[in-house]
Amino acid sequence: MAVETKEKKGGNILTGSDKVKKALPQMLKGGVIMDVVNAEQAKIAEAAGAVAVMALERVPADIRAEGGVSRMSDPELVAKIIESVSIPVMAKARIGHFVEAQILQSLGVDCIDESEVLTPADEEYHIDKSKFEIPFVCGARNLGEALRRIGEGAAMIRTKGEAGTGDVVEAVRHARKILGEIRALSIMPREELMTYAKQIGAPFELVVKVAEEGKLPVVNFAAGGIATPADAALMMQIGVEGVFVGSGIFKSGNPEKRALAIVKATTFYQDPEVLAEVSRNLGEPMVGRTAASLAATETLATRGW
Amino acid sequence: MASAIGVLSLQGDVAEHCRSIEALGRRAIQIRYARQMDSVDGLIIPGGESTTIAKLTADNADAIFDRIREFIDAGKPVYGTCMGSIFLAKEIEGSAQGRLAAMDIKVRRNAFGPQRFSFETTLNIPVLGEEPLNAIFIRGPVILSASENVEVMARVDANIGRLGKTAGSLPGESALYDSCIVMARQNNLLVSSFHPELTDDLRVHHYFLQMVEGLAPAKVSKDFEQFVHTKTPHTVNPMTLAAV
Repeated sequence: MAVETKEKKGGNILTGSDKVKKALPQMLKGGVIMDVVNAEQAKIAEAAGAVAVMALERVPADIRAEGGVSRMSDPELVAKIIESVSIPVMAKARIGHFVEAQILQSLGVDCIDESEVLTPADEEYHIDKSKFEIPFVCGARNLGEALRRIGEGAAMIRTKGEAGTGDVVEAVRHARKILGEIRALSIMPREELMTYAKQIGAPFELVVKVAEEGKLPVVNFAAGGIATPADAALMMQIGVEGVFVGSGIFKSGNPEKRALAIVKATTFYQDPEVLAEVSRNLGEPMVGRTAASLAATETLATRGW
Repeated sequence: MASAIGVLSLQGDVAEHCRSIEALGRRAIQIRYARQMDSVDGLIIPGGESTTIAKLTADNADAIFDRIREFIDAGKPVYGTCMGSIFLAKEIEGSAQGRLAAMDIKVRRNAFGPQRFSFETTLNIPVLGEEPLNAIFIRGPVILSASENVEVMARVDANIGRLGKTAGSLPGESALYDSCIVMARQNNLLVSSFHPELTDDLRVHHYFLQMVEGLAPAKVSKDFEQFVHTKTPHTVNPMTLAAV
């Protein structure tokens, strides 16, 4: 058994503790995490100011176009990406595919995305993320889903949005839903919490914690359909703590320029003058596809349980 | 009047530093623009990604980079955690990335290796009292060497993660690091490789506030000298700081 316990103690040194796993995403706040499929793209992302890169086999727009089963990246590519940049490297594993996650951890990635963008390996159970030494990020559409993932050990949550569309509407829907449910929960009387936990299918202890603190116990980013600097700033103003950009950068006309513009927009999200400046002359955005035009079988956000 | 502390808010764990400062009864101001620097008495540069902060300060119409340099030159206190310590350093091993180049230290980024080697430990830091400090290192840097006017406040053993394997790997460096510096002060500048803002222990922030209020003069105490010598029989090899 490769992975037995998350915490390892050597002398006075403790690795893989909850605190240490939750802290990595805390350092990424206010930043942009960019999807990359190879080392060249990773270098462009780093040079543009990305706080981390996400290694995957194909960006979501290509997964949609090409179809087929989508899996973890080739370890050779992941290793090359790790070598090529100094910023943290994340990589995607299929939902429930804990062996892909074990492989990614052994390669030295800094964080694993158990992602609905890849083809799920298990239609009932997610990975037991508490067993791993490195943090996981998971997608969520609502508070119940977010708290189930945190209950399984996720150290970071992102909205699912609808990846590979360039349409931000689903990311907005999911962020508003999660943040709205947190707001409602924070004024809910104590006696209603157990029934609420039952209704949303979330662990009671986490529901109580969110009610008391008025926020998720882990960092909360937006993802899925963010294609422009204005999209990134919109998500930040709605109340997330950072953004993931997938197909939006490397499927656009000028990836370098757009990547930097989205980085600046995420920092100066409250400053329309900066947003106007960075949004000028970015070249062609990715060719979008409205999320509403997707057939039920094409939606990725419905994956996850 | 109670001091206001700025937290550089371009990217990183800003809210955590604000919470620590506010828990000590001071006002925390999130700083994104040069003009805001006039209203603060001290500045914290949080944890985050040093390449991101370098890009955001260099490639920006706002003169925040120059304004922070002026702030430091005027003797105002600045505390850098993790990314902040890299941004303050004169030398960053193997990197030409942008930096304030204010402190006579040479840092190695991500010195312990990938996240699986990130860790928490307890450190004895005499200036903070006898109680050891819970210190959280997240892909943290270390200070490989420092000039004589830098006070070393804490060290960790070089056998943690990949540190021992990589320290001394550059030509001309001793391969015999037994420990590396993880907290230090040079006059008005304080740096730590770890993140006290992630814990409820407010002693490091309290110490920084004392620096801001002129209550913690920079000097090497007798206890401190003893600490350095007992912990590290071989001091880090002396270095000559390259002109940056």
